[in-house]
Amino acid sequence: MPETPLAIEVTDLVKSYAGMVAVNGISFTLKRGEILGFLGPNGAGKSTTMRILTGYLPATSGQVRICGVPVASQPDTVKRFIGYMPENNPLPEDMRVSEYLYFRGRLKEISRSKLGPRIDEVLELCDLKRVRHKIIGKLSKGFRQRVGIAEAILAEPPVIIMDEPTIGLDPHQILIVRDLIASLRGRMTVIISSHILPEIEMTCDRVLIINQGHIVAQGTPDELRRDILGHSIYQLELAGDPESLATALTKLEPTLKISESGEPDDEGFRTFTLTTAHDGDLGEELLRALKTPDFRLRALSRSHPTLENVFLAATRRSWDVKAEELPKN
Amino acid sequence: MRHFFTILSHEIRMLLVNPSTYIAATLFLAVMGFFFTGILQDYSSAAQEVSPAQVFFEIFWFPVLFMIPLLTMKCLAEERRLGTIETLLTTPVTTAEVVIGKYAAAYLLYLLLWASTGGFFFILYRFAGDIHFMDTGPLIGGYTFIAVSGLLFVGIGVFASSLSRNQAVAGILSFTMLFGLIFGLGFLNDALWLDRAVLAPVKEMIEYAQVIEHREDFTRGVVDSRQLLFYLSGTVLALIFSILSVEAKLLHN
Repeated sequence: MPETPLAIEVTDLVKSYAGMVAVNGISFTLKRGEILGFLGPNGAGKSTTMRILTGYLPATSGQVRICGVPVASQPDTVKRFIGYMPENNPLPEDMRVSEYLYFRGRLKEISRSKLGPRIDEVLELCDLKRVRHKIIGKLSKGFRQRVGIAEAILAEPPVIIMDEPTIGLDPHQILIVRDLIASLRGRMTVIISSHILPEIEMTCDRVLIINQGHIVAQGTPDELRRDILGHSIYQLELAGDPESLATALTKLEPTLKISESGEPDDEGFRTFTLTTAHDGDLGEELLRALKTPDFRLRALSRSHPTLENVFLAATRRSWDVKAEELPKN
Repeated sequence: MRHFFTILSHEIRMLLVNPSTYIAATLFLAVMGFFFTGILQDYSSAAQEVSPAQVFFEIFWFPVLFMIPLLTMKCLAEERRLGTIETLLTTPVTTAEVVIGKYAAAYLLYLLLWASTGGFFFILYRFAGDIHFMDTGPLIGGYTFIAVSGLLFVGIGVFASSLSRNQAVAGILSFTMLFGLIFGLGFLNDALWLDRAVLAPVKEMIEYAQVIEHREDFTRGVVDSRQLLFYLSGTVLALIFSILSVEAKLLHN
């Protein structure tokens, strides 16, 4: 295996199906040992991108290199570097767990003598020892999911790609899977896609949000929070004129903006969401500034945005962009 | 081709642990045994011109039409329906290895089923005690024909399976294609409109591809290299089309 620091390099990847562009000019790189979380709404092009990375689907244009080897020209070499778990985790119904892992191990060119101990190891890692002789078709969803994960890490590939590995798992199993993925950090490069955002936040070094085939945001969860939502978010419950509030806020801190305002309730109070690029805590200043007869303040809180907020904001923003582009066409 | 044997042994294993294989085998042996006793009854009532082996292989089309679709319809259609083709093809395995591995497993099972009918002749030999019934020439010729033609028939079944993700559709498709090959071409051979001079090459081609006549030649001990070539080239073509079909479906899914 060529020793390059980058495990995955994707440049200007485009994939179009019959007139529809599923992936449109995605570029990113991933260092060895990093864990990347892949986020996006359904149909954003996550699975398509992952399939192209594994060499299962050819790209329309662009380049993908796994450990320095181009996927398009040397798919057979690249397939040896990748452990892949597809969406919905397809498994044969009528095989036993250990038989399946043995078959997959042989396909992945693990020698017979090493395969036995390695299967024991992954069964232990994925907590599957109890079901090793069970038929896969009769396993519960959580077990099936873990069989898929065991299969992906079986050959100890440098790159692991998992499409929604935690879907359908209970919280306890999610914890196991999270620990499992975290234990791969540093040794293997991992790409996971998921809808469970706290999951991604806890396990991933970096997050990539894509929407309608475009990358809308990428970086560490903290960077994303800052880029997409601004540094801090405050929520106010206040009665008063929104316009005079806006001027009062600008006087206090130039970057402080009202990002959302709700409808007034019976007593005239509305909920305002404020964002600012200011790093420190503005709570005290806000309270002081709003203590005028113009406003009646009922509540103030500084919210800690989750990745969910980032995700919603990032994907909504790109929809807005899309909607603005439409009339031009 | 290092993965070929992995896939082959896996497929054979899956066939052997699958109850439907045994049900199919039992039905096959029951039907063939029924035919065989029918033949023996004819022989016990009146003297016949040809040996029982020759008559037995005349009904080869029956198991071909019913067993081949049953044996092969699952092989690629099921992989696509479950999506396991994706995990299979993202390992260092080529499409050709997958298709040929599955083909070889189905073919071996087909041979095994036919080989088990050898037991009928053994029983006949033991209990009739008459070497007269055991006409080894037609017997060897018949089994050779089954082995050679089976290459093409199983290939067609695998091809049909590569076309659909629905097993039933694949099964009906392979039944239709096999029926067309065995009887359709015989029917065309008798068609008068093909006798025109312009269509002479077509007519000649159809005359080469008469499976029923091939069977007669083989059981008479005539092994024609043109017929061997017909089955071998047909097999290669069916497998190439299967591989292309699997790959084309990946590109356009």
